[in-house]
Amino acid sequence: MGKAKYWSIVYLMVPIFGVGLFVAAPALRMWLPADVSEHGHTIDHLFVFIMYLTGAVFVATECALVWYLWKYDSKSNPAPTKFTHGSHSLEVVWTILPAATLLFIAIYQINAWADQKLVRRAPVESVGPDGVRGTADDVPKAPIAEVTGRQFEWRIRYPGPDGVLHTRDDLLDVNDLHIPVDEELVLVIKSEDVLHSFFLPNFRVKQDVVPGMKQKVWFKAVKGSEGRSYDLVCAELCGWGHYKMKGRVTVDTQSDYRAWLEKLSFEQHKTSEPPPATAEEQ
Amino acid sequence: MSSHALGDHGHAAHAHDLHDHAAHGHQMSFIGKYIFSRDHKIIGLQFLFSTLLWFIVGGLLALGIRWQLAYPWSKLPILGDMLFSGEAGQMSPEFYTALFTMHATVMIFLVIIPILAGAFGNFLIPLMIGADDMAFPTLNMLSYWFMWPAFVCFGMTFLTAGHGAGSGWTSYPPLSVIESAAPASGMAQTWWLLGVTFVGVSSMLGSVNYMTTIIQMRAPGMTMFRMPMTIWGMFITAILQAFALPVLTAAGFMQLLDRVWDTGFFVAEGATANNAAAMSGGGQPLLWQHLFWFYSHPAVYIMILPAMGMVSDMIACFARKPLFGYKPMVYSISGIAGLGFIVWGHHMFVSGMNPVLGVTFMLATMMIALPSAIKVFNWLGTIWGGKIHFTTPMLFAVAFVSMFIIGGLSGIYMAATPVDIFIHDTYFIVAHFHYVLFSGTAMAVMGAIYFWFPKMFGRMMHDGWGKVHFLLTFIFLNGTFYPMHLLGMVGFPRRLADPYHYETFAHLLPMNQFMTWCAIGMVATQIIFAINFFYSMFYGPKAGRNPWHANGLEWCAPSPPGHGNFDFQPIVYRGPYEYGSPETDEDYYPQWHPPKQGESSGGEEPKPH
Ligand code: HEM
Ligand SMILES: [Cu+2]
Ligand SMILES: [Cu+2]
Repeated sequence: MGKAKYWSIVYLMVPIFGVGLFVAAPALRMWLPADVSEHGHTIDHLFVFIMYLTGAVFVATECALVWYLWKYDSKSNPAPTKFTHGSHSLEVVWTILPAATLLFIAIYQINAWADQKLVRRAPVESVGPDGVRGTADDVPKAPIAEVTGRQFEWRIRYPGPDGVLHTRDDLLDVNDLHIPVDEELVLVIKSEDVLHSFFLPNFRVKQDVVPGMKQKVWFKAVKGSEGRSYDLVCAELCGWGHYKMKGRVTVDTQSDYRAWLEKLSFEQHKTSEPPPATAEEQ
Repeated sequence: MSSHALGDHGHAAHAHDLHDHAAHGHQMSFIGKYIFSRDHKIIGLQFLFSTLLWFIVGGLLALGIRWQLAYPWSKLPILGDMLFSGEAGQMSPEFYTALFTMHATVMIFLVIIPILAGAFGNFLIPLMIGADDMAFPTLNMLSYWFMWPAFVCFGMTFLTAGHGAGSGWTSYPPLSVIESAAPASGMAQTWWLLGVTFVGVSSMLGSVNYMTTIIQMRAPGMTMFRMPMTIWGMFITAILQAFALPVLTAAGFMQLLDRVWDTGFFVAEGATANNAAAMSGGGQPLLWQHLFWFYSHPAVYIMILPAMGMVSDMIACFARKPLFGYKPMVYSISGIAGLGFIVWGHHMFVSGMNPVLGVTFMLATMMIALPSAIKVFNWLGTIWGGKIHFTTPMLFAVAFVSMFIIGGLSGIYMAATPVDIFIHDTYFIVAHFHYVLFSGTAMAVMGAIYFWFPKMFGRMMHDGWGKVHFLLTFIFLNGTFYPMHLLGMVGFPRRLADPYHYETFAHLLPMNQFMTWCAIGMVATQIIFAINFFYSMFYGPKAGRNPWHANGLEWCAPSPPGHGNFDFQPIVYRGPYEYGSPETDEDYYPQWHPPKQGESSGGEEPKPH
């Protein structure tokens, strides 16, 4: 081994620790958090796909760098400089290859994006006599709740028995969103003051809420997620209390969900029978 | 191409200026020479010292952030008793928002942008193209002195009640506009906007000057395609500044009016916060984001293209080999600059912007990774087959390449819109921009300081301590920033004073403590650099004209160059990267050496022409 080659070793630590930390990450519990949404796996899949791709490029380029530094160290390399100003064919190769790869990634992911964000792909339901979705009598599915960001809490409004928001039988709640399991659902999100961001890490949902805009988000909690609750994080700076603008999303079975709404209704309108005690209260 | 005519013109202008300087050179007082100097070298050094001082401020602000993330709500060491005596020395959440706002503001507007364009641009452009000064020396002086009102304004944000602006460096309305939404910011936000405006004026004055100087004042024979990559980087940057900055300046004024006179450009109908009276509004919060990123995305390239140029020069010099693919390198920075204007929406994928528009921004963003990749391959090609000298500047330059690979690749995750839904506004983004800006640009700047120090002060910095400085910085920076990728994967959000009360993030505290100690180590390491810098300024070994045996024109001037830079008229015979050319016996072939076969090119005492 030649003298002074240890500098190449310093750079070799980059790919070694770089890959090593990602390999160790799951053991450190530093990975994508548990995904309980139906669409989330497409996002996770894309993430992991890009991770392998960029990981390969990372290892290849970093190792080439280290190898050249090692091999062409002036202290140990007697060969004269390869006097060249470049290579046209190499430039063509390393332009076209990454261009094609990048274009592939770009096209590959468009659909997943559209499914999540294009309003015309939001869930619909059939109101017509046929009861079949995908026909002319489809209407956008009614939101199960409206979530309003406000310094520094999430206000939640359920439409109540009439199924219509902003009527007298609406049910109100703060920071505690309940959703039914295994059902495609739509939420309306908005803001009452500044920007916030409606972020559900476990459902792979994030959308900034903007004063003056009403937006929809849609997702489905998969079977098996019921009976648990998950974080609702504000992900857009909204002032000094941004860090504590925390909510919880509880996934209920259909019957628990109905019981929950009835409990709210009883507390707020004294209209229904007192609900039977739910599991939480026992 | 008309480069020959341009070169001749530059020649004429040059001779004229030399005459002028000779006439006025003697009456210069100390104030004229060092304070209100119109000499590009002095102005460059003024920028260098000012930005390095702000670098310390920005670094300490970062440590404040890191402290809170590692030991939330515990007593802030040293400053805690002074600032928060009422709260047992524990920082307030308002203070935390001010910390990260001002950390980013200082680092971006008072360190990275002015150190690249202001310090290195000023010092190097005339020297590297063979001009005796900038085209407009007075404008140049003003570009430095307009930084001072900015320093004062940003300083005022710290002094006003609540300790600073708190809307992030992005200053998104309505938070930044509606006073009652962030009462602690108060006047600080207004000072912040004024500060950004003054930085903009300074950059604009500089940019006009750089473009004109590079186009008009090149020495005879210095065609565009014989310019070193540093100059290309500065040139393209100046163009970016000139076209992008007016938009930020206008937007800044609009936000100022919104704050002061309730014009409501950026707030919606009936906007309110904290139960305050509603404003008339009628505007759109997203409009600010478009205008802001229309500047600030090109600005991220303003913060790296000159660094890429300097890295190319250092790598070619210490690999003793021509830069691989000079023209592709030029085309790729031009490509980055061009595409840089149509990708701003990638900061707004989940902002509420039309998601179809998001797709076009996604496509453009994917494509902008391409020129970055081409540049990396060409740097690798330059190192391949060279004779590498591991000097301190080379270590930093190679670190730039190694780290930029990471920062460029992480960009692809975020460009993929569905993935960005999850990682937007998490530490993944924080990792990304620290890899390009700190591990990238700041490393290039460090290398550049070691590289051009002999030209600036006529003395060498200590190489051994330089290497210690490099090694520790390199280890600590990766310890600080690399784990941020993993935090981002968990969804760990940025800008939270205390994320640990979320079930999802509670277990991330130990990793954050590790990162904080790495950050403290990194800041402490810079003491080595500071001592080396000041000691070498006065006691370092004398450098001579061309200590690195480099090819660029700046190395034929005396070290440090006197007023008017060159003691002879440099004429350029070849490109800047003729290292290891078979035409000479030396392993370098300076741009100013006339092409005589077999001529000895000692380099120290060039012959006059
Ligand atoms: C390979 C090319 C690059 C790609 C594809 C890329 C992509 C992106 C994307 C998509 C974002 C937005 C992420 C989000 O907020 O969700 C982003 C943020 C950012 N990028 Fe890059 N980037 C690249 C190179 C660079 C370079 C060279 C710099 C600077 C020198 C840079 C600096 C930044 C900064 C400062 C931010 C965050 C700003 C903020 O939100 O505070 N990027 N990048
Ligand atoms: Cu928030
Ligand atoms: Cu950008």
